[in-house]
Amino acid sequence: MRRRYGMRKGISAALLAPTTYAWAIRAVELRVRAGRRLAVDGLDLSMGNGVHGLLGPNGAGKTTLMRALATVSRPAGGVLELLGHPVHARPDLRTLRRSIGYLPQEFGFYGRFTVREFVEYLAWLKEVPAADIPDAVQRALERVSLAERGDSRMKTLSGGMVRRAGIAQAIVNDPEILLLDEPTVGLDPEQRLAFRSLLRELGEHTCVVVSTHLVEDVVAACTNVVLMDAGRLVFHGGPADLVGLGREGVGDSSAERGYTELLRRHRAAGERTA
Amino acid sequence: MNAHIPVRALGRYAAGDPGIAPDVLWAIETHLEQCADCRSRLADASDGDTMALLAAVWVKVDAAMSAAEPATVRRRWMPARSARWVTPVLVPWLVTTVLVVLVALGFDLAVADRGAAPPSLVVLLAPVAPLLGVATAWTRRLDPAHELVVATARAGLGMVLRRTLVVLVVVIPVLAVAGWMVGASPARWLMPCLAFTACALALGKVVGLPRAAWGLALLWATVVVGPSIVTARLPVLLTEAALPGWAALTVVVALVLLPRRSGYAEFR
Repeated sequence: MRRRYGMRKGISAALLAPTTYAWAIRAVELRVRAGRRLAVDGLDLSMGNGVHGLLGPNGAGKTTLMRALATVSRPAGGVLELLGHPVHARPDLRTLRRSIGYLPQEFGFYGRFTVREFVEYLAWLKEVPAADIPDAVQRALERVSLAERGDSRMKTLSGGMVRRAGIAQAIVNDPEILLLDEPTVGLDPEQRLAFRSLLRELGEHTCVVVSTHLVEDVVAACTNVVLMDAGRLVFHGGPADLVGLGREGVGDSSAERGYTELLRRHRAAGERTA
Repeated sequence: MNAHIPVRALGRYAAGDPGIAPDVLWAIETHLEQCADCRSRLADASDGDTMALLAAVWVKVDAAMSAAEPATVRRRWMPARSARWVTPVLVPWLVTTVLVVLVALGFDLAVADRGAAPPSLVVLLAPVAPLLGVATAWTRRLDPAHELVVATARAGLGMVLRRTLVVLVVVIPVLAVAGWMVGASPARWLMPCLAFTACALALGKVVGLPRAAWGLALLWATVVVGPSIVTARLPVLLTEAALPGWAALTVVVALVLLPRRSGYAEFR
């Protein structure tokens, strides 16, 4: 008995093409509005491949920045380049969006859809070639360990599972920029560990930006820490630097102490110049 | 392509013979990578134990596959694939539109029975009938998945037009039947209907689709529907004389809209 298998899929020309940009994400003096308020106000930031943890107090402009990076909000000023596309100059967003994965902080879905249908629908919206959709969806569901619930309806899922379905749709198109806004909300400790290892794996070939409130998530899974306050960049460095700053300040862990210390120094400097 | 790998060499390669010279090994593997025939011959060249093992594995795989239950196929009134054309959110609004047209039709028929002849409600409402659906076609407030959809490659005029087309495909036949029952010629309401839809899409780019649709509907209600009910006369805008005007408006709006279609990628 002998069975023949189809040839392995070829490697696309796009994968082999050399990159023509230095940073996956480059922002210079970036300003973005949330409603009438300038929630991101003069942000300078360059990010390449790796996992970038975006930290900051409530109202720091994290979600607004994520929405601008996802090309949902248009920058009000400054420069924003994603994968070499100048987003501030309103280019053809269609090509760029195929290479972006985005998990919004709050997202809805149609309750009647099964998990698989939900991810398939998003894969179609992201213009994943029709022939690749079933494979891509299965792979994405397996990566967030949701494959066995693929045929459950979205409305029967727990909060953590919905979040994982959201992560699955974000990675289904193998994005080059992956934006996850508060992805660990609702995940139990075991799932958080699995998610961190998924992040590390994704960060090897992707520019992953994770916005979170949880300092320990950033220290455990991120290669870079980006700290924002009031729409501006406070700190950009490695998690070790954050921990190293934690000798003083308020908090339970040295990373948390580093976080509060950085914010305190930044605000003190702001008051001095004001 | 040069000669294929001899059977003996294939057999030694399959058995993992350490005596094969490195350059020969390299040549065999390079050839195997390119030659499907030799790869399939390689499968046959494996020794008896390997073949027996493979056969046993296949028996188990076959058993597991036939034991697995086939996926249950749920019958549903709206398959998930239809989301590519219409969101589930749109459906109740389309039903409402159809009901409104039917109520207007019932009113017209009741009035006609009594012998009075005020302007037909169906004809008055027909131009703005699709706007209820169009307003719901691209809206953050009503569509829970909107935040996900607007960040995808397909977001933009294409998706909006798909959903608008579904609205028109549902609304126009209902209007056609209602219009025929009250004896109004289709051209009288169809052209304004298309013109309003096109205007809503064009204005929607500036102020958002729901706001544009509601604004136009309100404008029509105050400027045309209200006065014509009060005066009991059919407005000039809905007579045959106004048809070229509506057609010209539709064409102009379409011509303005199409070159700007890439801007709809940032449509909220």
